[in-house]
Amino acid sequence: MRYIEPHAHMVSRITDDYERMALAGCEAVCEPAFWAGFDRSAVEGFHDYFSQLTEHEPKRAAKFGLKHFCWLCINSKEAEDVKLAEEVIALVPKFLNRPNVLGIGEIGLNKNSKNEMRVLEMQVDLAAKFNQLILVHTPHLEDKFKGTKLILDVLKNDKRIKPERVIIDHVEEHTVEMVLNAGMWAGMTLYPETKCTPARAIDILEIYGNERLWLNSACDWGISDPLAVPKTALEMKRRGHLAKAIEHVVFENPKKFLSQSLNFKLEQ
Amino acid sequence: MTTQQVLDLYFLDARHKLVEIASFLDRVERAGDEDDFRLKAFHEALTKLNGKEKAKNVLLAFSDLTVKPIAKATTKAACGAYPDK
Repeated sequence: MRYIEPHAHMVSRITDDYERMALAGCEAVCEPAFWAGFDRSAVEGFHDYFSQLTEHEPKRAAKFGLKHFCWLCINSKEAEDVKLAEEVIALVPKFLNRPNVLGIGEIGLNKNSKNEMRVLEMQVDLAAKFNQLILVHTPHLEDKFKGTKLILDVLKNDKRIKPERVIIDHVEEHTVEMVLNAGMWAGMTLYPETKCTPARAIDILEIYGNERLWLNSACDWGISDPLAVPKTALEMKRRGHLAKAIEHVVFENPKKFLSQSLNFKLEQ
Repeated sequence: MTTQQVLDLYFLDARHKLVEIASFLDRVERAGDEDDFRLKAFHEALTKLNGKEKAKNVLLAFSDLTVKPIAKATTKAACGAYPDK
């Protein structure tokens, strides 16, 4: 079975993970820019990070026949420092013409603060000015419901943003409907403890249908599983979903959304 | 899936998780102090198991349902329940 991993933080993973993903049928991995687990002290740290995402990581993936794509931004966890955020946002356009860049992401909110909102609006503006796709991180746990609503308000209020060019990630049972009703795509993240389990993600697919939804592992330096997508595909098979329907969710759907970026090409 | 198929696939897993919840509540009870906002939210969430859309309503029981951005983020972490409910 072939699949696309549309959200994985491979800079935090070992090379063996690339091999395991390739063996499981992965054809492409997409890496949003995120928080490093600590706050970077200066814009130069982001310059190096963006270079890693656009130069080094594609080479590491290519050793296993995997295409590597990325998204660029400053993560909401570092958005309280608005001055730093402004400097990073000014840096992003210098990297947008790199061949593996898909858009602006993962932007969004973390604790739903005023400064996070301000930086979110700046990055939505950046995406609009450069006609980029948008990948949005929604907050964790108790902050997700409120944060998702605030994010949707920002996106809907900017009339330059086309909903079909936005993916709102990490949806769960209490947020998926509002995202789909807004005409945007929804991503379900498969985590062992927080976000969705494979069983719950498949429940959501069975309730809401399999259009404008994708699955991802969001594997990073925390407790996460780079094989979560193929494991969920197996769970779909156990529940009687046909191979064609499974491939629609794990391959065709991410391909359809990501192909809105001219840089997303699966063939070598 | 038929009800039979759902139960065949998931009953033992759900039973295991329910026993884990029960033992967690026993553990908290033995520890003595049950005056914690997370535990209050947990007990509220348990009441949602009898209604419709159980997963959605359990998640909402733990959620911040206010609508305005907070003044400033003083932490990066989430704890799983909204303290000021």
